[in-house]
Amino acid sequence: MTEAAIAQTGRSFPPGAFRRSLNDALELVHGVDAVAVEERAASLAKRSLKKGSKVWGLNLAISMIDLTTLEGKDTRGKVTALCQKAMRPDPSDRDVPHVGAVCVYPSMVPYVKKALAGSGVKVASVATGFPSGQTFTEIKVKETRDTVAAGADEIDMVIDRGAFLSGNLQKVFDEIAEVKEACGPAHLKVILETGELANYDQVRKASLMAMYAGADFIKTSTGKVAVNATLPVTLVMLEAIRDFHHATGKMIGMKPAGGISNAKLALAYLVVLYETLGAEWMTPDMFRIGASSLLNDILMQLRKEKTGAYQSGDYFTMD
Amino acid sequence: MTTALETKERLQPGTASSAILWEYAPSIEAVDHVKIAPRYNLFIGGKFVEPHSKKWFATINPATEETLSEVAEADAQDVDRAVREARRAYEKVWRKVAPSERAKYIYRIARLIQEKSRALAVVETMNGGKSIKESRDIDIPLAAAHFFYYAGWADKLEYAFPNRNVSPLGVAGQIIPWNFPMLMAAWKIAPALAAGNTVILKPAETTPLTALMLAEIIQEAELPPGVVNIITGAGATGAALVAHPDVDKIAFTGSTEVGKRIQRSVAGTKKKLTLELGGKAPNIVFEDAPLDQAVEGIINGIYFNQGHVCCAGSRLFVQESVIEPVIRKLRERVSTLRVGNPLDKNTDIGAINSRAQLEKIQELVDSGLEEGAEMFQPVCNLPTRGFWFAPTFFTGVSQSSRIAQEEIFGPVLSVLTFRTAEEALEKANNTPYGLSAGVWTEKGSRILKMAQKLRAGVVWANTYNKFDPTSPFGGYKESGFGREGGMHGLGAYVTLS
Repeated sequence: MTEAAIAQTGRSFPPGAFRRSLNDALELVHGVDAVAVEERAASLAKRSLKKGSKVWGLNLAISMIDLTTLEGKDTRGKVTALCQKAMRPDPSDRDVPHVGAVCVYPSMVPYVKKALAGSGVKVASVATGFPSGQTFTEIKVKETRDTVAAGADEIDMVIDRGAFLSGNLQKVFDEIAEVKEACGPAHLKVILETGELANYDQVRKASLMAMYAGADFIKTSTGKVAVNATLPVTLVMLEAIRDFHHATGKMIGMKPAGGISNAKLALAYLVVLYETLGAEWMTPDMFRIGASSLLNDILMQLRKEKTGAYQSGDYFTMD
Repeated sequence: MTTALETKERLQPGTASSAILWEYAPSIEAVDHVKIAPRYNLFIGGKFVEPHSKKWFATINPATEETLSEVAEADAQDVDRAVREARRAYEKVWRKVAPSERAKYIYRIARLIQEKSRALAVVETMNGGKSIKESRDIDIPLAAAHFFYYAGWADKLEYAFPNRNVSPLGVAGQIIPWNFPMLMAAWKIAPALAAGNTVILKPAETTPLTALMLAEIIQEAELPPGVVNIITGAGATGAALVAHPDVDKIAFTGSTEVGKRIQRSVAGTKKKLTLELGGKAPNIVFEDAPLDQAVEGIINGIYFNQGHVCCAGSRLFVQESVIEPVIRKLRERVSTLRVGNPLDKNTDIGAINSRAQLEKIQELVDSGLEEGAEMFQPVCNLPTRGFWFAPTFFTGVSQSSRIAQEEIFGPVLSVLTFRTAEEALEKANNTPYGLSAGVWTEKGSRILKMAQKLRAGVVWANTYNKFDPTSPFGGYKESGFGREGGMHGLGAYVTLS
């Protein structure tokens, strides 16, 4: 497939076709000014969303949620209940859309697949030795293949931060490319674990590497370390997506995850998205929010917009 | 409220589509808590008094052209009255007040500004046209910060000037511009009071209202009558103040043209003078700069306060190797700026301060087009009433173009290119002005070298338009002399022996 053809088809290209070298990625690497990035993110977070624009944003945010449970104690019963919530977040309000995906560990994928069948909600699963990524490449590839075979539409992989931080960028790059190939038709989200990358320069570098290696989405965090998604980190990644789009014509999605637990913060992320990448990225195909407790807070806000009063937490199901 | 991001199409979430419009609903700052009197008199000797001139003039909201109030026009006799009150207060009261007591008064003013910050921000926005976002987050908090900062110096002057005897100058006449009315009042009044002077402040004729609210705050703070006098009027009032024989010091912020006139007027007198005048600041982007942040800095440098900023980064110099991405990013970013009702919390660019200023901006933009520069303006529907100008930038500008030479004082940027640091320096310094400059590079040593060689009072590195009470501000060459802010700012209000 020629480059022009790839550019024309946008993001739907066959796996492996979009293979570039690490050097392509490194060409776009430049410094990021921490003070200025944080200032810009803080100024966008001050946008004031009211009435219709707030309701619209909150509904969009729900449709972008990757409703997540990633615990050792997860069971079939637990994830099936979560799937119900994902399909009908508010049983009393038909205007509320379903979420984007349900995100679980690989062993839970068959149950989720069954529970979500025909609903339009995607099945997402972490893989590649999540959350640390400290296992053998063959195992990561096999885990990916098996998880897709079990029914996952989307794979959330982690990068090898040890290799990245010790300067073995080629290993990180090649591993992403291999996992991408193993994904087959499934979409690949690459988790950079930005909380472990030390600074914004590294976040930008890792973002560009992941995109050039074949990521469909880049994602901030596993949710399993001390620092997860932040607005400035998300802004840096969105700016990398913008530069990659300009260089290649290919639109990459973005997924902040971890710590986005209330409606106001979710709206701030959407504002950063809207004012950085524009209207084309304002869809669940291009933006997801990895979260678990966020959904109920949004439902509470939506109910308040409808009825004019806040309802007790007891009116919203804990799943 | 429109932005170029918006398209005609509007879709519901969940529908598959490639372009979605997110219209931010109006989020208007409440104004019902603000009381603007139908008429304001002159604040002289601690009281609001009718002007001898028996004349008042209307002050408007530049975003709507509606009259907000009318204010007194001080004539020469009113000026004389104010100077006499200030002299009396200086000789009889203020110079005898213990420094630690002076500090208490200034702290009290600072706290009252904080308490009334919402109302002050709203009035600043209504009278001046700037966005509520800026008046709320920058102008008013910084004004309070200046009072707090200088209050701290009032009883520590001998530490600011070690081994010297410090004494106040006496009566200071202070004339401020319309671009940051409240903040400029604070820059002028706070150090003067801390050093033990009394003042007569004249705000600009288009933006007198927050200064008059400050007069009310000063009353509430029970500052001894006559220590601060605030008189309104236009150029003639200012000229009378400058010419008054019993004024010891003139501090002026405004245009270079008026600054020169003031300097001529005080020549040969014992009056001390500080001038903070115009600028045509270079903002220099090297190829190794963090480009996305540099673009933010360019935006903040030129579109902050509609470009009504003396230190605005109005000449952008971009290294040739990165001109393509910088222009592309700049075009995209300018297209996201939200121009409209200044009271809307989501507005980035508010109204132009006056019709006269709008005409001046238009005239210079026309000259840029005539001289063959290429103009970019995003699509935005400007309101039909009021004074508006879309954010604009020109590429293909040459050093000799009027838009590269003259201060536009509006949201208009001229983009030029350079190849080497030496060339950038030569072009940057090739101006009669020298107020400020910006440098964008990841290389620390280059920042130091540029800062050393740029003929500008303030050099910002990897940022722009940052202000702090502790930091001195002022110009080289025709951008003026004397410094405001920091310890240097005190120096303009004391004599040392």
